Amino acid sequence: MKLSGAKAIVEALKREKVEVIFGIPGGSTIPFYDALYESDIRHVLARHEQCAAHMADGYARVKGVPGVCTATSGPGATNLVTGIAVAYMDSSPIIAITGQVPRSMIGKDAFQEADIVGITTPITKYAFQVTSASQIPDAIRTAFLLASTNRKGPVLVDVPKDVQLEEVDLDYPEKMMIKGYVVRSGDPHPYSIKKALGLIMSSERPLIIAGGGVIASNASEELIKFAELIMAPVATTLMGKGSIPENHLLSLGMVGMHGRGEANKAVEETDLIIAVGMRFGDRTTGKLDEFARNSKIIHIDIDPAEIGKNIRVDVPIVADAKKALSVLNSKLIEVGSKRTESEWIKRINSLKELFASNYAEKGDGLKPSRLMKILRDCIPAKSIITTGVGQNQMWAALHFKALEPRTFITSGGLGAMGFGLPAAIGAKVASPDRPVFNIDGDGSFLMTEQDLATAVSEGLPVVSIILKNRVLGMVRQWQCLFCNRRYAHTDLGNVPDFVKLTEAYGAEGVKIESYESFESAVKKSLKAEMPVVMEVPISPDEKVLPMVPPGKGLKEVIWYG
Amino acid sequence: MHIIAALVEDRPGVMFKVTSLIRRRGFNIDTITVGSTEKEGVSRITMTVRGDESVVEQLVKQLSKIPDIMKISELKPSDSVYRELAMIKVSAPDPAKRSDILNYITIFRGRVIDASKDSLTIEMVGSPKKINAFLDLMKGFGIVELARTGIVALSRGSKSTSE
Repeated sequence: MKLSGAKAIVEALKREKVEVIFGIPGGSTIPFYDALYESDIRHVLARHEQCAAHMADGYARVKGVPGVCTATSGPGATNLVTGIAVAYMDSSPIIAITGQVPRSMIGKDAFQEADIVGITTPITKYAFQVTSASQIPDAIRTAFLLASTNRKGPVLVDVPKDVQLEEVDLDYPEKMMIKGYVVRSGDPHPYSIKKALGLIMSSERPLIIAGGGVIASNASEELIKFAELIMAPVATTLMGKGSIPENHLLSLGMVGMHGRGEANKAVEETDLIIAVGMRFGDRTTGKLDEFARNSKIIHIDIDPAEIGKNIRVDVPIVADAKKALSVLNSKLIEVGSKRTESEWIKRINSLKELFASNYAEKGDGLKPSRLMKILRDCIPAKSIITTGVGQNQMWAALHFKALEPRTFITSGGLGAMGFGLPAAIGAKVASPDRPVFNIDGDGSFLMTEQDLATAVSEGLPVVSIILKNRVLGMVRQWQCLFCNRRYAHTDLGNVPDFVKLTEAYGAEGVKIESYESFESAVKKSLKAEMPVVMEVPISPDEKVLPMVPPGKGLKEVIWYG
Repeated sequence: MHIIAALVEDRPGVMFKVTSLIRRRGFNIDTITVGSTEKEGVSRITMTVRGDESVVEQLVKQLSKIPDIMKISELKPSDSVYRELAMIKVSAPDPAKRSDILNYITIFRGRVIDASKDSLTIEMVGSPKKINAFLDLMKGFGIVELARTGIVALSRGSKSTSE
């Protein structure tokens, strides 16, 4: 059966069980959209392509399957770039399908031509152009295979307009072989498991650091079991939040630049770090030379290039987190190493007590830490949190206790402001029955605010909690601490009234004036049928603390601003 | 000097993927060459890199993640043969000096591939070290123009890199 290239793409997407595409049509994707029109794939019309990519990303992170976004050639494609870069840094599987000018026009600087394959090559797992319709079935299969296997990540497929119109036989490959790409089994090597066990058994103060890889491989259950078997506290990176319930006795919360005191102190005192699905990023380690100086390191990661990239490792385990942990667990059960209360756990508990008072709220005004606690107490465990980037994100990371994997969705590696709202929309599409809250700042929210229109049009009741401090707070905090309070261009000046703004979009706006009104607004929002935006006034001088200054070791922490 | 050889799929944009990664990750490469192989549809990229073992290991690991790269490995200079071709145009208007140059060419086992009344163009094949030594000698006569290919390499013995 002959069909157009455009229809072949849609058919291929159906074979990949794609239920929804986030995008904006344009000149070079008109044939694709025409084919989409008669399919049962849902289309969510974004208001900016960056948001379409963030939506696909939010969808992917919640659902654990690739999210698909699309944009036209030129500006449509270049607008996707930030969203693709976010997915790349956080290893999130998204597929971007872009239109391109017809083949005969490529390289001629045609209208709305941009070399999107060239532009996105450094920020994708793979980016490629389809140069004839006959390649389409293989191209889509390749894209999904690459995005969703080994270390996951974004893939871009660029399709010239005339290729979309060309006729092709749809011969969809069930299996796909890519010569230079091996889908790893993810099984750990027995030798490295043996070495790791040796270190674990002889360690007196083991510490687990769990990263996004634990969540990507659905390894939470194995992680918790592992921690309990060896009685090791678990700190997480930002991306690892939710891999262990943060109300678990062994949970330490986030480690790193804005890590919790007890987590950073544990890194200093441990004799063995078991790093699972994390990459020793600078925001996690602080100054590398001073990171865990008294400790050996076992590093479990699916990507061999991560081993030894940033830090020397004693035992590398190139494996899927879930598989590696379950092998370790069964070996530990075999040797009967059920540990009980240890001096180390006592020490960890005393550290938690020691630092508890440091988080106490001081001064007037609404405190982000208290707001996060109220939010946690008012919403079900399965609720999904997305965040903007900056102080709002770090307050959420420090004080909101994530209880389940895939419930804390944030732009970790790239740190892209504006991520919160569109990611929340994607999350809500992925999981319509769960409440979705976007914890955001006023600066961050204003970067993608137009997609409130998408949420309203699609009837998606996502709730944005805007911590409105009228400044670009994180930069201002650095200016306060490291630039002698020279607040260069971080005052936002005229910040809109978010209640009025929200109402103009046809959504519901709520002004929050007290903890009580916040609590009742959160509870009410659980039943909302339209998007809700809460405007929460925060002092511009409110800081994210503790903080380890950039380039310093984790022990050089600042507690008071 | 580290030599890295990669077998890649021969399609448009592969060289770009490789050089883009090298640039993005801040690696320093001295030379890079690409050409066909014994297999249709497969090209071979040979590059030389400066840096310690860990740098080279990281480069190989990162490059091997590119789906177009089918095989990549480091060729240890002691276990491989490697050659570079240089073409050197040397100023030689003076007959006495011209005969000196011709002597050096014989010693270094090079060849004259073009001559004019004022110049000689020399083809020199060998290790980069040998070529550098020859160039040092030629500097005294005046090098008008120089083109070098960068090295290509094969492992010693009967095994092939693709095995």
